[in-house]
Amino acid sequence: MNRFSYARPGSVADALREVSSSPAAKIIAGGTNLVDLMKYNVERPTHLVDVSRLPGLKAIEETQEGGLRIGALVSNTSAAYDERVKERYPLLSSAILAGATAQLRNAATTGGNLLQRTRCYYFYDAAVPCNKREPGTGCPAKDGVNRIHAILGTSEKCIATHPSDMAVALAALEAVVRVAGPNGERSIPMAEFHRLPGDTPEKDTNLGADEIILAVELPEARFTKNYTYLKLRDRLSYAFALVSVAAALEMDGDKVAEARIALGGVAHKPWRVPEAEKMLRGKAPDREVFEAVAERILQGAQGYGENDFKIELARRSVIRALSQAAAGTPQSQTDKRIQ
Amino acid sequence: MADLELPTRQGHAPDASLPRGLPGEIPITLTINGERRELHVRPWTTLLDLLREDISLYGTKKGCDHGQCGACTVLLDGERINSCLALAVTKDGCEVTTIEGLAAKDGALHPMQEAFIEHDAFQCGYCTPGQICSAVGLLKEGHARTREEIREMMSGNLCRCGAYTNIVDAIEDVLAKEAAK
Repeated sequence: MNRFSYARPGSVADALREVSSSPAAKIIAGGTNLVDLMKYNVERPTHLVDVSRLPGLKAIEETQEGGLRIGALVSNTSAAYDERVKERYPLLSSAILAGATAQLRNAATTGGNLLQRTRCYYFYDAAVPCNKREPGTGCPAKDGVNRIHAILGTSEKCIATHPSDMAVALAALEAVVRVAGPNGERSIPMAEFHRLPGDTPEKDTNLGADEIILAVELPEARFTKNYTYLKLRDRLSYAFALVSVAAALEMDGDKVAEARIALGGVAHKPWRVPEAEKMLRGKAPDREVFEAVAERILQGAQGYGENDFKIELARRSVIRALSQAAAGTPQSQTDKRIQ
Repeated sequence: MADLELPTRQGHAPDASLPRGLPGEIPITLTINGERRELHVRPWTTLLDLLREDISLYGTKKGCDHGQCGACTVLLDGERINSCLALAVTKDGCEVTTIEGLAAKDGALHPMQEAFIEHDAFQCGYCTPGQICSAVGLLKEGHARTREEIREMMSGNLCRCGAYTNIVDAIEDVLAKEAAK
């Protein structure tokens, strides 16, 4: 680990000042990803700004719009087991519990979860080129070991995926990220929070270098009955998704009124295709429709060799997730048998 | 690297081997196994390294040092975490419980320690302190009831000897005894 100075600001304003004080300053909260990356020399901050004690960011509160505001410092455990989250956003609770381990969820925060970096093997190995870690050096993953890599929204520069489960559920639920910067606060919809790699894969998100996350805000509760978070991975627990699907349906009798579908493990951000979701409107939830929706979501999907299987896996996962959601039988995150 | 000598706990003098502008040691307070300690740490020292190298509490083990194996699990303010991924300076003011702090003052073992012995829930023993601290955390959380739930909630603790069946037996036993109280 490289050497760095350390500050523990007492207010958001002080934290913003500290972050801007050095070009290589980094914010630390739970540290579960950052400390790991520092041990691999992937992250080499010169100044660490410890935001873990900032006041007011550890609460889960009602919003004026009837939704819920989850403070940036709320742990993944606290968010997943919060009674209001479980009752009103069970998809989010399920997705959080599908990720990591009890130890990591206890330490990891809501804000940090969104800002965690890819688990691409090449990104993690400081001895090899990587456009995300060192822009312009190349992407060995495209022609290399890429079983875990993206099939949608990739670029010549980068085929990494975003590893979060929580973010996939937040994308499906159309949450908004509240951030503070030198010019005040602003909101970033989840759909725009994470980026596609394009020509600048070093940028994972649209959060400014001088901004910090304050909270994630969920809109009024929907999709409390017909939802699922289906996660497929190489072992049954504590593994990142090869493919995951957050599916949420609002039923009107025996027809689908509204649908939200977000995929994890397949792209540089949670993958949503609103046109595909609209295809479900007014339709009976049957397999034929689900197949068409899955085809539409995976339109343009491209494998890079080892991850070719993900295209078919994702197609089938979408169909299965929609079936689970329609039946009101969400995937258990304990009993891993897929019904 | 010249600046890798073990930190001393004497004073705050800037270390000449460090690049300019970097801090020496930062004073923090930790309550470790019930004992309040005033410590001086460098910001890059993990809680795991502090426990082992500075305080000589060797019960907490370093396995992967990357949060993947759980051997370094300790209880921080009662919640289980990976001490290898926690910078000690960020835990200023917290209470830490390690495997050395689970037994009662009179030496009576924690029920989870008893159960691990009773069920032969280890072979080489390297992962055991982390397994037991993790299981004590699980007990307090109260989310696991069935074997399946125990297995899922213990997935952050690897055992290369493969003592999993007996580890789950031990935890199930303690859960059942707690429930019967």
